[in-house]
Amino acid sequence: MDKILVGLKRAVDYNVRVRVKKDGSGVETDGVKMSINPFDEIALEEALRIKERGEANEVIAISIGPTDAQQTLRTGLAMGADRAILVQTDDPIDPLSRARVFLEIINRENPGLVLLGKQAIDDDNNQTGQMLAALWGRPQATFASRIELNGEAARVTREVDAGLETVEIDLPAVVTTDLRLNEPRYVKLPDIMKAKKKTLDVMPLTEFGIASSPTISEACFEPPAARQKGVMVDDVAGLITALRDRGLV
Amino acid sequence: MENILVIAEHDGIHLNPSTAKCVACASAIDAGNIDVAVLASSAGAIAAEAARLDGVGKVLTVENAANEHVLAAVLAPQIAALADDYAYVFGPSTTFGKDLMPRVAALLGVNQISDIMSVDGPHTFKRPVYAGNAIVTVEAPVGYPVVATVRSASYKAVGDGNSAAIESRDITVDIPTHTRFIEVQTGSSDRPDLQTAAKVVSGGRAIGSSDNFDIIFALADKLGAGVGASRAAVDAGYVPNEMQVGQTGKIIAPDLYIAIGISGAIQHLTGIKDAGTIVAINKDEEAPIFEVADLGLVADLFKAVQEFTDAL
Repeated sequence: MDKILVGLKRAVDYNVRVRVKKDGSGVETDGVKMSINPFDEIALEEALRIKERGEANEVIAISIGPTDAQQTLRTGLAMGADRAILVQTDDPIDPLSRARVFLEIINRENPGLVLLGKQAIDDDNNQTGQMLAALWGRPQATFASRIELNGEAARVTREVDAGLETVEIDLPAVVTTDLRLNEPRYVKLPDIMKAKKKTLDVMPLTEFGIASSPTISEACFEPPAARQKGVMVDDVAGLITALRDRGLV
Repeated sequence: MENILVIAEHDGIHLNPSTAKCVACASAIDAGNIDVAVLASSAGAIAAEAARLDGVGKVLTVENAANEHVLAAVLAPQIAALADDYAYVFGPSTTFGKDLMPRVAALLGVNQISDIMSVDGPHTFKRPVYAGNAIVTVEAPVGYPVVATVRSASYKAVGDGNSAAIESRDITVDIPTHTRFIEVQTGSSDRPDLQTAAKVVSGGRAIGSSDNFDIIFALADKLGAGVGASRAAVDAGYVPNEMQVGQTGKIIAPDLYIAIGISGAIQHLTGIKDAGTIVAINKDEEAPIFEVADLGLVADLFKAVQEFTDAL
């Protein structure tokens, strides 16, 4: 195939202990480390491996978000993406609108494969890939732990509750990545320097003419309920009795 | 009237327990009928199980050879066609529902509410974000269908004393052939999947070795439980990394979580704080795991686990 599109969302780093703001308007993000959403990093790694095997010519990284997301894309370029596109907006953007933006880019770029993380670790929505596949009228293979390309089709192993499911999908298609698909490479300093010369196009979201979608509004945030301290039992018999009382064994 | 459609999850033979939890969530909405849709190649037995769920108005069956395997691209257009008569379309927040429901939502032109954990009003719901470190109250737009997944761990299954009517529906939509089921491999054991198991037994570094982990597996098998591990146990090489529970591993919410020889580092607790009942067995009575455990037992883990397993 010629092109692979990869989505890179800028999200609060995996290791940050997220706290809810006192006024309930959101979570604290001031001074908080931001990174590529880990699932998206895996998606990019997979695209790079496909290209390195000679099965694709170009990997294009796309982010939809604020100006700061350029840093996220630069990291993606340093990992090995050939070029990047930032669809810039300072407003919150919902999954359906994200899918519509991706579809517009698909119409311009005609990729053979779109690789997205299965979910972002901030909103935990797990929607954009599936929505994009629906709007595009193409196959989806979500939660991928293995991708094998065979010309016009791909075999994708998916991590499902029952175990590992394999589906065959005609290309082009949307594949969303799970954690065990690969281990992303580390970025080396010379690659960061090289990435500065790669093309990063910034396009305002308003230029895309995306229809506004009915938005789910976020009324307030709160910390999760704390667990109450429980009771100590004296022995295994006491434990089993307590579990039986709760209908758990 | 504002009716609710619940999409049944099944394996072609039996209804998945997640469906009864979706019906429980639907029952919390002050709306009209709750109907369950069974899309299958042969829906009869599954529909009969769904018809017994308390609170269900009727069961709709959509039979088509293409529905033999669960493929979102195949099911979504059929569900979108059914959804015309409904104000709400719910599916479980399992890999089945997570794969399928956003595709349905996009076809209906709406965003999805992922992982409903409580219903606060006809269009007001709570859901977890940031791996459960924050809970957000969301408002779905009025005048549009509400497509949602229901966080299974937040609901108890409804009872099965009902006898709802079963109606067959013919749906004429184009069903794509671009996505084909090849196979499903269910792990080498019959153990439930860690992330969706109703019960999970986990072992920590105190288990001491890979061989010793057999006692955890034996207890889990008696309970019909999935098996997890702390990061310390994974780092020590006792079990593979896909079994890791916690901030850098899997975030789980089983009805019953049994932590054995796990001290309860904050990173581990993040992964289990939504469990229904947490049991801790540890010889150190100062272990932080006891701060969050509903039931705690200070004991030698090898003796206690053996006794526990024998008693079941």
